[in-house]
Amino acid sequence: MENLTQFFQMRQELGLIVVFLIMFICDLLLPENHRKLMHPIACILLVVQMLVTIVPTDINLFGGMYHSTPIASALKTILSFGTLLAFLQCTDWLNREDSKHKIGEFYSLSLSTLIGMYFMISANHFLLFFLGLELATVPMACLIAFDKYKEHSGEAAAKFILYALFSSGIFLYGVSLLYGAVGSLYFDDIAPLLHGCELQILAMVFIFAGLAFKLSLVPFHLWTADTYQGAPTVVGGMLSAVSKGAAAFALMTILVKVFGNMVELSSTMLSIIIVVTITVGNLFAIRQQNMKRFMAFSSISQAGYILLAMLGNPTQGTASLVYYIVVYIVANMAVFGIINAIEQKTGRVLREDYKGLYATNPKLALVMTLALFSLAGIPPFAGFFSKFLVFAAAFNQGFYLVVLLALLNTVISLYYYLLVVKAMFIDSSENPIPTFKSNWFMRISLLLSLGGILAFGLVSCLYQTFNNLLIN
Amino acid sequence: MCNILILFVVIPLVMMLGLWASRSLCQVKVVMVSGASLLLALSIYIVFNYIGLRNAGNDAEMLYTSSIMWYEPLNICFSLGVDGISVVMILLSSIIVFTGVFASWRLKPMTKEYFLWYTLLTVGVYGFFISIDLFTMFMFYEVALIPMFLLIGVWGSGRKEYSAMKLTLMLMGGSALILIGILSIYYGAGASTMNITELSQIEIPTNIQHTFFPLLFLGFGILGALFPFHTWSPDGHASAPTAVSMLHAGVLMKLGGYGCFRIAMYLMPEGLAMWGEVFLILTTISVVYGAFSACVQTDLKYINAYSSVSHCGLVLFALLMMTRTSCTGAIMQMLSHGLMTALFFALIGMMYGRTHTRDIREMSGLMKIMPCLAVCYVIAGLANLGLPGFSGFAAEMTIFVGSFENTDTFHRVCTIIATCSIVITAVYILRTVGKFLYGEVNNPEFLQLTDASWDEKVAVFTLIVCVAGLGLAPLWASDLISTSVEPIISQFIK
Repeated sequence: MENLTQFFQMRQELGLIVVFLIMFICDLLLPENHRKLMHPIACILLVVQMLVTIVPTDINLFGGMYHSTPIASALKTILSFGTLLAFLQCTDWLNREDSKHKIGEFYSLSLSTLIGMYFMISANHFLLFFLGLELATVPMACLIAFDKYKEHSGEAAAKFILYALFSSGIFLYGVSLLYGAVGSLYFDDIAPLLHGCELQILAMVFIFAGLAFKLSLVPFHLWTADTYQGAPTVVGGMLSAVSKGAAAFALMTILVKVFGNMVELSSTMLSIIIVVTITVGNLFAIRQQNMKRFMAFSSISQAGYILLAMLGNPTQGTASLVYYIVVYIVANMAVFGIINAIEQKTGRVLREDYKGLYATNPKLALVMTLALFSLAGIPPFAGFFSKFLVFAAAFNQGFYLVVLLALLNTVISLYYYLLVVKAMFIDSSENPIPTFKSNWFMRISLLLSLGGILAFGLVSCLYQTFNNLLIN
Repeated sequence: MCNILILFVVIPLVMMLGLWASRSLCQVKVVMVSGASLLLALSIYIVFNYIGLRNAGNDAEMLYTSSIMWYEPLNICFSLGVDGISVVMILLSSIIVFTGVFASWRLKPMTKEYFLWYTLLTVGVYGFFISIDLFTMFMFYEVALIPMFLLIGVWGSGRKEYSAMKLTLMLMGGSALILIGILSIYYGAGASTMNITELSQIEIPTNIQHTFFPLLFLGFGILGALFPFHTWSPDGHASAPTAVSMLHAGVLMKLGGYGCFRIAMYLMPEGLAMWGEVFLILTTISVVYGAFSACVQTDLKYINAYSSVSHCGLVLFALLMMTRTSCTGAIMQMLSHGLMTALFFALIGMMYGRTHTRDIREMSGLMKIMPCLAVCYVIAGLANLGLPGFSGFAAEMTIFVGSFENTDTFHRVCTIIATCSIVITAVYILRTVGKFLYGEVNNPEFLQLTDASWDEKVAVFTLIVCVAGLGLAPLWASDLISTSVEPIISQFIK
């Protein structure tokens, strides 16, 4: 009986499971011609789930196996918000003839990955963490392969699942080494026993490598471009924003909670990875013609910036990390939303297809521009503030050179974001994308993202909230 | 927040909303003219009110200060305040924004979008000059950079895409350096405040100053067209539409000099002591090299752009001379150069709109065809080469007198070299004027061209009045500036 009450305390996870079950039942009961109702139902349920559990709480259950800190609980709401944006964007794609019968599956699968991420974030024990990681990964592979009639989709999923399995293996190996070294899998128990001997370093590197795959850090990024290109665009958006956010927070938690004693080693490793990730991501993004591949490399370099926050001290670093994730989610989902809208209407995804977009679809072009500016870190958009905060966090700990190199890289990233802006505003095309109207779901999603891009930076309360959650 | 300064940001934002809502070209112009006039009136009021407050004995370093907490964990405030330097810069910006509206009166296509981005640019410019918080200042600085890309890329001429990209990326590189400099100041000073006046009271560790001063100075210096990072300026200014060239050369390049003075030199005096001479060499090269480059150009806009490199180099040069007179001269030069270069770009744009060429070899005898514009061009030229009675003379005189006060041999040599630029300036101005304004009309098609229309006259005459006004009565400006230069100067003359 006591265990049952413990379950009831996990309100966010339970709420999500209820949403999942309702969607599953809807899928069973709704007749074929009313399937479209599932879109509003899913969105409303997710909103309700977010609102009911929006107040961050501190919950410690199952003898410390599950520990949802206030900041983790805030991040869960953020991830739900990111998923909501994806749900709003997916209607046109799901309503197509070839995927109409799979609407329910899409929602079930994406909600399962979200539940996995929830557990990953609040796990305080390596086994629970691994379960969360797998639950977040395996349904994602199904989602990537959702457009199975397209050969790229299958290829993308194969690549993803192979990499995922391999990195899970490495991660587990790291965990087993750690268990061998200290004899426990509880985060709290491990931390004081670590002192930086070779075995523990090896364990840390393996665990880091396992998660680096999810974050697509260089040199674990090779799957990213192909997977993003082949995956349905909505799934690409989720993969790049929501899933990356969860993985980044989980990695930070492990580095702080478990490997807090080895901070010098982990910082050195992080510094190198950051510089390489940002630079490689940027340089490859310049050459991309396909917008989805382009966003893949952009998201690789963004992951490098997220990592900068991990160099900071636990409070400042975590606050700026979570803040960066929110801002990144809204901007990235806006870009993917527009790519998706254009792809569904015209089937075109190349950068040169976007030439003259401002003349035919001025609003879409404008939202896209603002989102790209936010990703590039241009004020007054939110991305500027989030970039500043991660730079400040890393600078505070004395990583001057890393910050300088990352800053110089923002110039390169501005270059390729501007290439898209240039295509939309300056270049003219003989065959531009025709004027079209998006459906209401897409509009709401883009409006929410736009609101976030404009407001999250200028209104400082979001960052303050994260900061306060961490201090108390 | 009852601060009159906030209006300088609010009015352009309201203008942007008005532009967004306007449905016809006429409405767009009404919004722009009324907004720009309001800003001009407000800045004239601020100047008089500021002088009044000073005369009444208010000797605080900054006036009209107010501050609200913004990002508390990092002590970022939205702090406003102005001293004599920022007041004249605000006045300069208002004059150029006002005349810029008239200079782009007949611009097509997408007039509404053009003015939207143009107004966003002014938000950045004003915001930069009114804020005294490092972060807020930097934010507005970047706001001012980005609209340039679209303004040049969409409405520019010539190799506009190349120039727009080059300008944006080089300035962005500069701002990356500035950002790291700001972080170093904030954390070096103990992470307690971002307010510039408060920071000036705190000693930043010497090693931090030595490491980060060059980055910060270089970051702002790139916008101030410091050699060898001036290359964005000729291309950018040549490709930009008229009003954007005016605003960019007239005001935005001043952001660089202002930032060097107000942030880099003010807050890092130790770094200045170590690196000052290195940068002095670079600025001397800027001054002379810019002037020589202008001599060999054949495109009117390139001539003026290189002339800007030379004159903006003179601003940084005078600042690095580190005497009270030379620093006052530097601010005067910012003001004077801003007005003159805006006048030049306005005239060049108007002539280009008629002749469709800017190559001085293809034009001749324009004085006979468009006497009004040509005479104005001659006036601008004479002001630029430092004829007494115009602003250029007052500014350059102050600079060179002030530079000579620095008795160190190295500074002397630099001063003498830089003084040569006066002669070179005369060479390229007179050569240009003689070549394309005087002589016989070589192209019969030019005979059909008309002289200035009313909107062009408004823009040009306003600027000429200001240039002559500053030249005939420079004392009010130099008094205003020199009292505010004092606290900054006292940081590094110890």
